[in-house]
Amino acid sequence: MNFIKRHLKTWLLWELVIGLSLTGRYLFKKKITVEYPEERTPLSPRFRGLHALRRYESGEERCIACKLCEVTCPALAITIESEERADGSRRTTRYDIDMTKCIFCGFCQEACPVDAIVETQEFEYASETRAALYYTKDMLLNVGDRYEPQIAANLAADARYQ
Amino acid sequence: MAEIKNYTLNFGPQHPSAHGVLRLVLELDGEVVERADPHIGLLHRGTEKLFEYKTYNQNIPYFDRFDYVSMMANEHAYALGVERLLGIEAPERAQYIRVMYAELTRILNHCLWLGAAALDIGAMTVFLYCFREREDIFDYYEEVSGARMHAAYMRPGGVSRDLPEGLIEKIKGFTERFIGYVDEYETLLTENRIWKQRTVDIGVVEQEAALDWGFTGPMIRGSGIAWDLRKTQPYDVYDKMDFDIPVGATGDSYDRYLVRVEEMRQSNRIIEQCVAWLMANQGPTKVEDYKLTNPPRATIKDDMESLIHHFKFFSEGYFVPAGEVYAAVEHPKGEFGVYIVSDGSNKPYRMKVRAPGFAHLQSMDYMCRGHMLADVVTILGTQDIVFGEVDR
Repeated sequence: MNFIKRHLKTWLLWELVIGLSLTGRYLFKKKITVEYPEERTPLSPRFRGLHALRRYESGEERCIACKLCEVTCPALAITIESEERADGSRRTTRYDIDMTKCIFCGFCQEACPVDAIVETQEFEYASETRAALYYTKDMLLNVGDRYEPQIAANLAADARYQ
Repeated sequence: MAEIKNYTLNFGPQHPSAHGVLRLVLELDGEVVERADPHIGLLHRGTEKLFEYKTYNQNIPYFDRFDYVSMMANEHAYALGVERLLGIEAPERAQYIRVMYAELTRILNHCLWLGAAALDIGAMTVFLYCFREREDIFDYYEEVSGARMHAAYMRPGGVSRDLPEGLIEKIKGFTERFIGYVDEYETLLTENRIWKQRTVDIGVVEQEAALDWGFTGPMIRGSGIAWDLRKTQPYDVYDKMDFDIPVGATGDSYDRYLVRVEEMRQSNRIIEQCVAWLMANQGPTKVEDYKLTNPPRATIKDDMESLIHHFKFFSEGYFVPAGEVYAAVEHPKGEFGVYIVSDGSNKPYRMKVRAPGFAHLQSMDYMCRGHMLADVVTILGTQDIVFGEVDR
């Protein structure tokens, strides 16, 4: 009996038919493909994308040039220079992040005591030149201004876990 | 008659089934492999040396980049090693989260392995189905750590943050449907005659040979030796977990395939147990010694001492007592070990990583000899080589 069964299975290509029926069923199922540029998958509030420098509501930049992000950065991607401003407060004169060095570990964001440097949900910042991936302070502040509502919402959503 | 010379063939480094940057120099007699000579080092980044210049905390993200298909398993070994040197133990909830993510990582790795190995042999569909599940696990990675691959989530002393709300239910849903998906993979491959013709009796490794070549993980279990670090030297909460070790019978590529598929089922069982515990229990996810972990963010805003701890942690790091430690985990590919030598400073004096792929790759010649050229692809696939860890 077993002998007949085995031969029947062999000659009827039984396991191939079973496999094809599985893929055939999938042919008529709902597709799970996400058509990327038009459709997007949701991102979590913790997502670590392009960096941004934030401002207070008054428009004053948050960064106080404590350089904690610079020292904790494993990839040495951050360069900061600072001096005293006319009003006596300490601010950065230079805040550069080399995105070609950055490994997006999120340590700068974790280290920042004033929530100034954050990583946004933006991940489409590809460029045709390496130079365009060298983000200066103005560029980072611009990113921050553009995404501020989103950044604030994400930080608030994740605040109790940090 | 003219003298016939062996033909030497470069398999890789650009070959699509060379799994990264392996350059395999094959000496062929017709289509039969006479000698296989793997050349490695094309992805060498000197990470082990780099570690000596970074504090213990800064080293974490570099561990993701060793075996870049099972990121958290690498971090797990490092976190355990540093914890042993420091003489601390992560809180229970952190241990459960780590075990859960280590097992999710195992599924992540085996899904890639199954898909890629089947694709190398010619089965396209499995690859697509496997990547559907990988996508789910990447989403869980992203929700918990913020990155889809290079998580930097497990830290010495626990995990960086607790699970966000709703995530555990999603993982529970995943475990419920994943079992069915494994059955689908098996429907497509296990009985399939083409798959069997390509894998049965290909790359046979006997028990002694597996031990001699230093095999670990599914490679040694495929040869019939029930060696699993999760059972033999349990770390974190693996001793509380109920799971079985699948072993193969003949040690061929087909057995290793069956072992890996069964491991996915067993991982699923472990995840289910972790999910059940995590749903019922709350608690800290980090050691509450703020010399070793960063204090909660809310406290640094109005507590001077916390702010000092915060600055000390992120600038200087922590000083690890002088000593040596070897911490190994049952990585999806085998035994992934970290040997740390500390001289009492905030940076490791020397760190050596024991990568399972390195030991497996050295048996390439042994496993390939006498096989056909097309079987080299099968054998390479069955070894589950990832160059990030082989070249380090």
